[in-house]
Amino acid sequence: MLRGLWKLTWIEIKIFLREPLGAFGTIGIPVLVFLVASRVVGRRLPPATLAASSFIGVGLPVLASVLIAVSAVVSLVTIISIYREGGILKRLRATPLRPQTILTAHVVVKLLLTAATLALMVLAGKRYYPVGIHVPLVGFTIALVISTCSILSVGFLIASIVPTARFAQPISVVIMYPMIAVSGLVVPVDSLPPVLQAVAKVVPLTYTVSLLEGIWKGDPWRAHAGDIAALAAVFIVCTALSARVFRWE
Amino acid sequence: MHPVIQVSALRKTYASAVAVDEVSFEVNDGEIFGLIGPNGAGKTTTLECIEGLRRPDRGKITVLGLDPFNDLYKLQERIGVQLQQAQLQKRIKVWEAVDLWASLYKKNAMDGERLLEQLGLIDKRNAWFMTLSGGQKQRLFIALALINNPEVVFLDELTTGLDPQARRAIWDLVRGIRERGKTVFLTTHLMEEAERLCDRVAIIEHGRIIDIDTPENLVSRHCPQRTVVLATDDRTAGEHFRTIPRVESVICSDSQFTIRGRSDDLVTEVIHCLSENRIRVTDFRTILPNLEDVFLKLTGHSIRD
Repeated sequence: MLRGLWKLTWIEIKIFLREPLGAFGTIGIPVLVFLVASRVVGRRLPPATLAASSFIGVGLPVLASVLIAVSAVVSLVTIISIYREGGILKRLRATPLRPQTILTAHVVVKLLLTAATLALMVLAGKRYYPVGIHVPLVGFTIALVISTCSILSVGFLIASIVPTARFAQPISVVIMYPMIAVSGLVVPVDSLPPVLQAVAKVVPLTYTVSLLEGIWKGDPWRAHAGDIAALAAVFIVCTALSARVFRWE
Repeated sequence: MHPVIQVSALRKTYASAVAVDEVSFEVNDGEIFGLIGPNGAGKTTTLECIEGLRRPDRGKITVLGLDPFNDLYKLQERIGVQLQQAQLQKRIKVWEAVDLWASLYKKNAMDGERLLEQLGLIDKRNAWFMTLSGGQKQRLFIALALINNPEVVFLDELTTGLDPQARRAIWDLVRGIRERGKTVFLTTHLMEEAERLCDRVAIIEHGRIIDIDTPENLVSRHCPQRTVVLATDDRTAGEHFRTIPRVESVICSDSQFTIRGRSDDLVTEVIHCLSENRIRVTDFRTILPNLEDVFLKLTGHSIRD
């Protein structure tokens, strides 16, 4: 089943890098936003302020990571629908390539890009963080991969049902970005109105944010078993649903 | 000669519309078989059922002894496919596509570079797909359809949208595929293409097969008329022409005569009559019926309508 997967993945990465603004838009912009935000917040508040250090120390990395993951989802939805509309998916399917292989290749590309962006951000952000700060980078990366897989599966479900490529981007943006608002990233979930708190409970990003923040702060994995279970459930449900409703043409 | 494709009583519906019904035919080893008909007649549906991309509602299909839907992966190893209006990734390079395709098959693929050379694409091996002309894209799709050295090649509306010169070049390539001992199954709505390329054709309209035969036999069975058009100043010529055996009509306008008849010897007879009566002609041409006329005769309308 894996025949062709690595070759297809490699070709898709090369194609992505050939897009005008492709690499810059996906990798460069989040890193830039992160750097600018770090500078602005870092300057305005004295470094000793608790709020500043908590934002730069925890909020900002998590915000940036979530943005990277969400933009990966939006671009996945867009690519899949463009490929479907252009008959590329159909053409690939008329070869011994298994359907799962084609879709897995795209997910792998997005995961690799997410990882690359994160690595760049860590390098670029080094100077804003005190040398002594302890960040569980390996654990955070694993948490981010789990989260990204989960919200990519939401993206796949969207990709399965968007009618045309023209709508792919707006629809995925409209679905994904409000999720950020209630995810606890901007305002803590506890201080949201009850209705939005209920919404937050079913939005996968809420669990993503809770997991990423916790792991970044050094919580043990045990403390976030619930988050991981929720993200796994989202992944399983969305994957199963898209397997049923996915259209190749 | 044994059939490599057998289709019997194929039926496929979309929602409430019947796309094809009661479609049956066989394709023999080593021939170029054409499924011809106007747009929307059911050509692509039939083809995609045979390729295993669609599941028929009813009927039985066998390709190389395999069931296309249930043995899809086994079958895909042995066939080559070009889809109608397919695209590749805009920025994939020609050699990357060929290389990817070559890696997908279990058995040894053909030498991609040689294939590109034979198809006249070697100069374009580093070009992005989006920069290729229509003819070059189709040649690339032919390369991809041939890369696994398939036994049967499926070509769907191969030359649609190409200029006449590119079209002729593609026809030569398709004949080349047959010369390598492969069976070719193609669809087209261009009667000239079917006439030039196909050993046998099936005419399909409204999802049903109307007739199957060689282009020559279809023409002689359905449109046996021959027509001679000539110009002469000789006023008595009309009388002479009417005495030619099996002439059905002689129409005269100004100095031009149109002579119609059913005999294969009509042209010979007319020439004989001209020389016997020493009639001086300033123009002489024959009009032979073609598949276009057969289609018109069988369906009552032109394929272009």
